[in-house]
Amino acid sequence: MEEKELYNPRSTAKTLLVTGVTAFFLILFLSPFAFMVSTSLKDDDQITALGAPIWPARVATYEYNGAELEAFTVPLNSCEGSEDSNDNKTLAIVKKGLRESTFIDPDNRERGEFVCAVAWRSLERPWQFSATLDNFKETWSLIDYPNLLWNTTMYAIVSTIGVLFSCTLVAYGFSRFDFPGRDLLFIVLIATIFLPAFVTVIPTYTFFQKIGWVGTWLPILVPTFFANAFDVFLLRQYFMTIPRALDEAASIDGASRFRILWSVILPQSYPALLAITVFHIVYAWNDYFGPLIYLSTNRDAWPISVALSTFNGIYGSDPALIQAGALMALVLPLLLFIFAQRFFVRGIVITGVDK
Amino acid sequence: MFEELNKGLPSIPSLGSYRRLSPIKKHEMRQGLLFISPWLLGFVLFTVLPIIASLIFSFLDLSITDGILSTPQWAGLDNYIQMFQDPQIWTASGGTIGSIWITIRFGLIALPVGILLPLGIAILMNSPYLKGSMFFRSAYYMPYIVPFVAAIFLWGGMLNPETGWINRGLLWLGLPRDMLPGWANDINWVYPAYVIMGIWGIGNAMLIMLAGLQGVPTELYDAAKVDGANIWHTFRNVTFPMISPVLFYNLVLGVVGIFQFFLVPLVVNNGTGRPGGATMFFNLYLYKTFFTFQNMSYGSAMAWLLFAMIMIVTVFLFGTARYWVYYAGEGRS
Repeated sequence: MEEKELYNPRSTAKTLLVTGVTAFFLILFLSPFAFMVSTSLKDDDQITALGAPIWPARVATYEYNGAELEAFTVPLNSCEGSEDSNDNKTLAIVKKGLRESTFIDPDNRERGEFVCAVAWRSLERPWQFSATLDNFKETWSLIDYPNLLWNTTMYAIVSTIGVLFSCTLVAYGFSRFDFPGRDLLFIVLIATIFLPAFVTVIPTYTFFQKIGWVGTWLPILVPTFFANAFDVFLLRQYFMTIPRALDEAASIDGASRFRILWSVILPQSYPALLAITVFHIVYAWNDYFGPLIYLSTNRDAWPISVALSTFNGIYGSDPALIQAGALMALVLPLLLFIFAQRFFVRGIVITGVDK
Repeated sequence: MFEELNKGLPSIPSLGSYRRLSPIKKHEMRQGLLFISPWLLGFVLFTVLPIIASLIFSFLDLSITDGILSTPQWAGLDNYIQMFQDPQIWTASGGTIGSIWITIRFGLIALPVGILLPLGIAILMNSPYLKGSMFFRSAYYMPYIVPFVAAIFLWGGMLNPETGWINRGLLWLGLPRDMLPGWANDINWVYPAYVIMGIWGIGNAMLIMLAGLQGVPTELYDAAKVDGANIWHTFRNVTFPMISPVLFYNLVLGVVGIFQFFLVPLVVNNGTGRPGGATMFFNLYLYKTFFTFQNMSYGSAMAWLLFAMIMIVTVFLFGTARYWVYYAGEGRS
């Protein structure tokens, strides 16, 4: 019966409707990417030009007797010698006049100068694609992009190692050991999600200030080695799907509990481990709050998020530079997502849907 | 994720229950605790001790000046008395309303969007009439991974009253120029502007809701069809109860997020509260007290107020869960 429905004209119409609506919203949803690319390729004049299209464009010009002439779209029937034509044509203006102006035809220069009876101010102008990469060059050196990339990448790598290491051990403890109080501890772990950050941040910041860690990466990196609720939960759910019979077989062969984790559980958990890896890399790339409060005094250590917001404070009036900077900040996570998308999807489904 | 919390707390084990364990079980417990020790240690160092410390801070007079911690003075209830009289927090009406009301007002706009929009897209994604659903799923999720600050600048550019594409689109649709919203600089439009800027964060909720929708057994839909249920009845009596756990999950995380909302106004309006004080959210005021003015004790008192409000609201939400959240595999109690 379902097979039949596919060929039903009503369901074809529905397919077109549903897919069309989904695609339409997607275009609106993703349009800021186009805005970013378009704006970052414009120069200052193009951004402020009146009546300019949304893509990077400038008015076409033509070289004539050593001068740059602006182009206009002219109805040909207003020009001497072509009164019968109904076409519009791109002509270059030689001499501007109030009621009539002198033009040349860039495609037919032999025709020479001729007069058209049009008010040039009211004419449409042909826009030509014209893009510049100067904004990227300028932003690259203004924000010291290589240094930001290095800082952000190191943050991502070190903290991901910390999260993988600690959360694997903790999730194994919660999923494979039975002892009184275990379930209560697990609930306490989950409940830490509800704790507002500032309750713990204020004393922690005060303490790190006292021991001289403010201005270094240590307050941001060290806590990642002590596990967190989301990643422990994700790994524990995954570990629980691995049959315990495998543990028991290894145990009979004399494997220690740590050996079982290393040789039995981990080799089977690579999808969950990869999900955590890509999540955490994106998280680190994205993180703004931690670096903002601990590193704002140390410019050389900034990751890209903090540098970008400061950059906006200084060059906020130059949208092309800001959009170029935003593009430079998001291009690496975007590539990571394109190559690893299935791990993202699987990881989210485990945390959100599992009990 | 919250099903275990909804089942109620397990009992706290007594010391006696440990003594009654067999030697093998005691060994198992020691090993288990060893494996979870990274979290236990981190929990004590970075959660329990700081919570106690911030409670103590809130009864002191403590600040940092030029990187040097002041000598703590006992202040008793002074911080709390000041806090409960602070017009920046509580003013309910007039020109500039208090930060609590700003947070609540914004939440009333942002929360329904944050639940209904991803749900709507997930319903589209789950439609049998959608071609290329795998592509759409990835494409709708993708902006979620864009770094927060970059996403703010993209949407901020889109919402620029003069050069942004949104106002250009509204002009093209025929809206008169003097009726165009001023978005982030316009006191009437700044909350919708923030909601739009946050729209790229829906990817996660959308995927979770989609997985919830896909988990509804098709027999239930067939049974509803046989019973002659229309679309609304099917949604109300089949889809909604079956996806209520994922709705609950997103609702709770959304509420907790709204109470702590401050990074967007910090980046977009520089944390100044502009336009007209409308964006001085409670958590932003707290951030400024703690970080800009480095008043650790008043900040701690505010953090505890925030903590208390979040606790009350989450406990309330968990209390309502028994009436509307349905976990398959148990009877509705």
